[in-house]
Amino acid sequence: MAEAATTAPRRWTQRTLAPWLFLAPGLIMFTIYVLWPIVESVTLSFYDWNGLYDRDGAFTGTFVGMGNYAELMGDPAFTTSLWNNLKWLVLYMLALPIGLFIAIFLNQTVTGIRLYKSLFFFPFVISQVVVGLIFAWFYAPNFGLLYLLTEAITGKGTAILADPDLVTYGIIAAGLWPQIAYVMILYLTGLNNVAPDQIEAARLDGAKGWRMLWYVVLPQLRPATFIAVIVTVIGALRSFDLVSIMTSGGPFGSSRVLSYYMYEMALGEFGFRMGYGAAIAVVLFAIMMIFISGFIWKMWRDEKER
Amino acid sequence: MVHKLTGALALGAALLLSTSAFAQDKRVVTWNADYDPIPLAAAEALIADFEAANPEIDVVLTNFDHEAYKNAIRNFLTADPPDLANWYAANRMRPFVEAGLFADISDVWANNGLMESLAASVPSSTIDGKQYAIPYTYYQWGIYYNRDAYKAAGVDVPGPEGVTWDQFLANCEKFKAAGIDCVTTGSSALWPVAGIFDYVSLRTNGYQFHSDLAAGKISWTSPEARAVFENLGKLQPYVTENHAAIDWQDAAALFVQGKAANYVMGNFAVGVFKEGGMTNDNLGFMVFPEITAGIARAEEAPTDTIHLTSGAKNPDDAKTFLAYMASAEAQSKWNAAVGQLPTNKNATVDAADPFLTAGFQALSTSTGGIAQFWDRDADAEYAKAGMEGFQRFLVQPEALEEILAQLEATRTRLFPQ
Repeated sequence: MAEAATTAPRRWTQRTLAPWLFLAPGLIMFTIYVLWPIVESVTLSFYDWNGLYDRDGAFTGTFVGMGNYAELMGDPAFTTSLWNNLKWLVLYMLALPIGLFIAIFLNQTVTGIRLYKSLFFFPFVISQVVVGLIFAWFYAPNFGLLYLLTEAITGKGTAILADPDLVTYGIIAAGLWPQIAYVMILYLTGLNNVAPDQIEAARLDGAKGWRMLWYVVLPQLRPATFIAVIVTVIGALRSFDLVSIMTSGGPFGSSRVLSYYMYEMALGEFGFRMGYGAAIAVVLFAIMMIFISGFIWKMWRDEKER
Repeated sequence: MVHKLTGALALGAALLLSTSAFAQDKRVVTWNADYDPIPLAAAEALIADFEAANPEIDVVLTNFDHEAYKNAIRNFLTADPPDLANWYAANRMRPFVEAGLFADISDVWANNGLMESLAASVPSSTIDGKQYAIPYTYYQWGIYYNRDAYKAAGVDVPGPEGVTWDQFLANCEKFKAAGIDCVTTGSSALWPVAGIFDYVSLRTNGYQFHSDLAAGKISWTSPEARAVFENLGKLQPYVTENHAAIDWQDAAALFVQGKAANYVMGNFAVGVFKEGGMTNDNLGFMVFPEITAGIARAEEAPTDTIHLTSGAKNPDDAKTFLAYMASAEAQSKWNAAVGQLPTNKNATVDAADPFLTAGFQALSTSTGGIAQFWDRDADAEYAKAGMEGFQRFLVQPEALEEILAQLEATRTRLFPQ
């Protein structure tokens, strides 16, 4: 103890200690529930393990090095999942313009506008599971509304969830419903903060319509847009519940996304390949890191500019 | 003594229960199960009988939710093993046997003459020449048909001996003309298509082929495998469209409403059909028609089993209970209550139930062998890849070459030659 005290580079005073004390609960939680699992997952991804310990409680996995990753490269199901994740990412971005449009549309003072706003926000309040079930019934063959509509128009019903080419788009549409509501509420609060004097000034200069939106309103909505992009990207990448509820990845795996494939491989009834599931998780983590580091970098830059 | 608990609470509570039971000075046998209400009541009745005959033994059953059990068993077998645990025969028990978590109970088989009385289930209970399971119930698969749908389409209702394959396909053509699905299924959970595939496979090439295919010994591009898909292709146009998006229960609704005529299913579906309003008068059962003439008829009958765990604290009394579960008396009673078939050939079947009688008849006269079902005969990962292939073929028959190539790639990866 005495030795440690003499070699310590600096002294613990209240000023240096206090920030760490305040950070400690968060740091401990973050280490236990975020950092440690990441390390565990990456380690596990180098093993082939069926999730069982033997009678003496010893780990039964075998080290396979990069084997799981090599297998991923040639796995058609993994390719499908990756492509589907990309579709999710691109199409989920539709939530931004649509959400903005609805927000602008609702940003007016009419009797009962609060009721309309709540109704538009409603899909975000209900659980994703319920959203999934509602849309599954909407698409259901034989009795679903959409099926009956397409049957009435074209003479042959389209069962979206049974069609390998359409199924992912069907699920994304279901996911967009609450996501648009979420983006809308972000923009609605943003619109409240748009400076009325700038609008006034722009109007005096003769700006209106699209030009007003593009050059005056949107720049002031940048913070809202930033948050909306973040939640939409993350929402798209972690899409799991809707896939699980609506199709379980089917038909024959055409609607899998990485997170669902990971679940299937690691914890599904025919899975219990923990190492392989962990490898998928690591890939998903790497993809998310691209976006997350981008956001962190931008936030850090904004902080410094202040 | 029976306690219904679910999830994580169960383990802790089971510990408490066993300590309190010790206080009563009885030898305790713990048993983890995953029963629905009716089977649970039947198991309770068996335990009561067993305890009456063996007053010094107390069997403590801890019941889990059926789905949660699949994960729970992986934890409790290492963390806190009960003496007995429910599971399934054949390849489904292999991981636990190989990890040394299920104990060898060949002595129970030998000492009670089970090789004789449970003869049909010996292969599915055996791994490397040792028995690891006591099979106590199974149920037949086959074709359930709606007589009303047959009448509506003007097709002759099959007799008790069933129909020929050509006749079946000709009937399908008539059903199609009448706007009725000849064969229905709901494959969103994948396994129902495996039933159809398995039967076409068993009838085209026989039991040994099915078994070898599930074990990864046969190439998917072999002429035999192609012949199976060719026959499946003949059935494909008559299977309910969009089956990939519906559950088997949704398809049962089509079947009950007469929008579909035949359903390749397990006997557990009879309860659902009857809840939907069908009766013994309009619901019929027949074995799947013969395809290749002269092949010994094999049937599908998935078996449920009880296992002795390696960590059992009271293996001796647990074995006494296992022997009891294997007995004709216990199996007759349990299966009569649940509406399934006993595996003990000396047990009796409720003669008033036409489907059980027909199933018992079909299984006891099958000379080809008893298959467990694709997802129990094949290794888990291989089973899933297979079922996705079968489902895809029934949706996109034109993609056959791609499907076979993918299955073959999976096979060579999982079973290196």
